[in-house]
Amino acid sequence: MNTTAPRKLKVATTSLAGCFGCHMSFLDIDERLFALLEHIEFDRSPLTDIKSVSPDCDIGIVEGGLCNAENVHVLREFRKQCKVLIAIGACAINGGLPAQRNHLPLPVILEEVYHTSPGLANGLIPNDPELPLPLNQVHPIHEVVKVDYFIPGCPPSGDAIWKVLSDLLAGREPELGHGLLHYD
Amino acid sequence: MSQTFTLDGLSIPFTEGETIIQAATRAGVFIPHLCYHPEFKPHGSCKLCTVKVNGRHTASCTLRAAAGMVVENNTEELNAERRALTQMLFVEGNHFCPSCEKSGHCQLQATAYHLGMMSPHYDHFFPDRPVDASHPEVLLDFNRCILCSLCVRASRDVDGKNVFALSGRGIRTQLIVNAKSGRLADTDFTVDDKAAHICPVGVILKKRRGFAVPIGERPYDRAPLSETALAEAVSAREEGA
Repeated sequence: MNTTAPRKLKVATTSLAGCFGCHMSFLDIDERLFALLEHIEFDRSPLTDIKSVSPDCDIGIVEGGLCNAENVHVLREFRKQCKVLIAIGACAINGGLPAQRNHLPLPVILEEVYHTSPGLANGLIPNDPELPLPLNQVHPIHEVVKVDYFIPGCPPSGDAIWKVLSDLLAGREPELGHGLLHYD
Repeated sequence: MSQTFTLDGLSIPFTEGETIIQAATRAGVFIPHLCYHPEFKPHGSCKLCTVKVNGRHTASCTLRAAAGMVVENNTEELNAERRALTQMLFVEGNHFCPSCEKSGHCQLQATAYHLGMMSPHYDHFFPDRPVDASHPEVLLDFNRCILCSLCVRASRDVDGKNVFALSGRGIRTQLIVNAKSGRLADTDFTVDDKAAHICPVGVILKKRRGFAVPIGERPYDRAPLSETALAEAVSAREEGA
């Protein structure tokens, strides 16, 4: 008799240009987290503070869009290391709130924020080499890497996240019906 | 009403001169659409209501029903094409549902839900489309325009004012306001106009009414578009009877 438990799936999560609202919704799946943890273990995630994704990661969940060079770097790492990549929330899927800067030229935005706005001591535009370079426009993640599944919403409800993950764990194609599929 | 055609295998009765979408709606069958509105002459531009008639694609809002037609509507092939059209509408404009006060009663959004659209799929255009807040009572947010022309038809055919028009060709087509300045404030448009209440998305919005209905209680929170549209058709028919 084989008593070996099946290997737990490794799940990595990250927030790029997002507000962490999708991660908060993830926690909103509440006591079902215990059922989930029988099948998965968290890899790189703000929940674990692990800094890089394991090469054998099963599921990557990406919140937020791409607003700077580091976002692109992290996204590419997720795509490379994760068998399945899930875009979660409006920002990852269509740029969301951060993308509402897209019709303004970046120099105009930086000028407005650091030179024109009141209250800043020196009015210098930050230029430390450690700071990631901002992109001219904010982009959803499917414009840079292939995304396998999408969970829309701002944020999606805990129920929607639970539905997609439990469908995937059961080997079903994830499906969100009326009430769970929301863009807002 | 003895003549019939078949729609996904169902026998649908129709009267002479009725279009496929009119007969289908009366029979309780939903065909997705955006530029079609039962009160207005069909425009035939959005192509969401495309069905297959005897194996050929056609807009169900413009084709008159004929006896013996074999029509396909709710098939995976047609819904995939409708989904692609809807995705193109999303990326050609700036549709940020979380910050749009029309969210929850937006026909574009509800159509996308109906078609199971999980992502915009295509690359976004992120066009620059300034809003027109010049009018004291109504705001125009062109970011959300899907060029359905319902405001154009309502202003011309019901209000008799010709406040709106579609200008340009192809991807450069845009909604314009018929005033020398191009501003809504410089027209005779009023909040009581039919055109002020017809926009299926969030372009024409009454000021000072934002987010009046809480999330969870908006029309498409309560019921999906397919049910809402058919219920509205029944209620309009009863009012007209």
